[in-house]
Amino acid sequence: MSQSPIQRVAQATPEPMARRIRGLSDRTIAWIFVAPTIFLLLAVNIFPLIWTVRLSFTDFRVNRPNRDVEWVGLENYQRILTDADIWHTMQATAHFLVWTIVLQVLIGFTLAFLINKKFKGNDLWTTIIVFPMMLSPAVVGNFWTFLYQPQIGLFNYVVAFFTGADPASFSMIGDVALAPWAIVIADTWMWTPFVMLICLAGLRSIPDSIYEAAECDRASKWRQFWTITVPMVLPFLMLAVLFRGIENFKMFDLVVQLTGGGPGNTTTLTSIDLKREAFEKWRTGYSSAYAVILFVTVFGLASIYVKALNKVKQR
Amino acid sequence: MKKLLNDLLRLRRGPWEMLASVLIALGVLMLMQPFSIALYTWSFVTTLTGTVMFVIVSHFPE
Repeated sequence: MSQSPIQRVAQATPEPMARRIRGLSDRTIAWIFVAPTIFLLLAVNIFPLIWTVRLSFTDFRVNRPNRDVEWVGLENYQRILTDADIWHTMQATAHFLVWTIVLQVLIGFTLAFLINKKFKGNDLWTTIIVFPMMLSPAVVGNFWTFLYQPQIGLFNYVVAFFTGADPASFSMIGDVALAPWAIVIADTWMWTPFVMLICLAGLRSIPDSIYEAAECDRASKWRQFWTITVPMVLPFLMLAVLFRGIENFKMFDLVVQLTGGGPGNTTTLTSIDLKREAFEKWRTGYSSAYAVILFVTVFGLASIYVKALNKVKQR
Repeated sequence: MKKLLNDLLRLRRGPWEMLASVLIALGVLMLMQPFSIALYTWSFVTTLTGTVMFVIVSHFPE
């Protein structure tokens, strides 16, 4: 009779080792399997976090490793939280965060709602809409830099076509008032498909029978939308907002490629500023404190958001 | 209001989580508002208090 692979492995195991394994409880064996992952998690996630918190209380500079490191207490935090430039950076980040999320949710949900209707070429349109999300942020940054060119950029010509303004009369990237919107538009173009896909998953999870029951009760389309579609898609939408919120709080590559944080520091988001402090000015202790402040903010927001999400799911 | 205070005193999770959430939200608003640098200065302490409180009170009984 042929043996199963497990039996063959068991027979091939040397007797002393087999005896040792037979003596282990299920719990111990489970721990043996889980331990490498836990170790990796501690080494890659938890240790750097604790080390960053420790560094944030020092004046350590990574480009001068042989210099004596001094314990400065809360001085780094005090300097960051009284710095008007960093305060401005936080406001730029808030502007970017709020507008990208609002636009992506509105456009993403609308697209999902339209794509969810059965029509010819549905799959082709889904693929075309999802395309920007598949590109690298560096490519999207470069691409939009060309689109925003005052002389040859397509974006300026489209705006000029609708408003009658001269295409060369404004520069999306060079203008202090327009640059924050330039990054919002590029990010919205790139990531709206992601929100659309999540909303589409939500819309497709609603059983047709609920709409049929509503039709029997003579509920209008408008009423069906507000009492069936929106409440059932809400957990998915909230999840999309959570993902995009966390991602956009850390936004770096697209904005660096597009505006480099300029003009002046109008589009300098916190992650760009943090990178400059850490790897251009080499103020490691200071930038560690900066990173801790951002971490606590995102962690706090994510905590209350997950709580709200669970409440919505329970309803 | 009396019930809320009562639940807070009896260390119930709901109202304490609500209080922590309000502190976090307030802290984030203070961090990103464009009106007062004094509010910005105190934002981190507020967020940190709320976050630590949230982690602790999420272990309270319902």
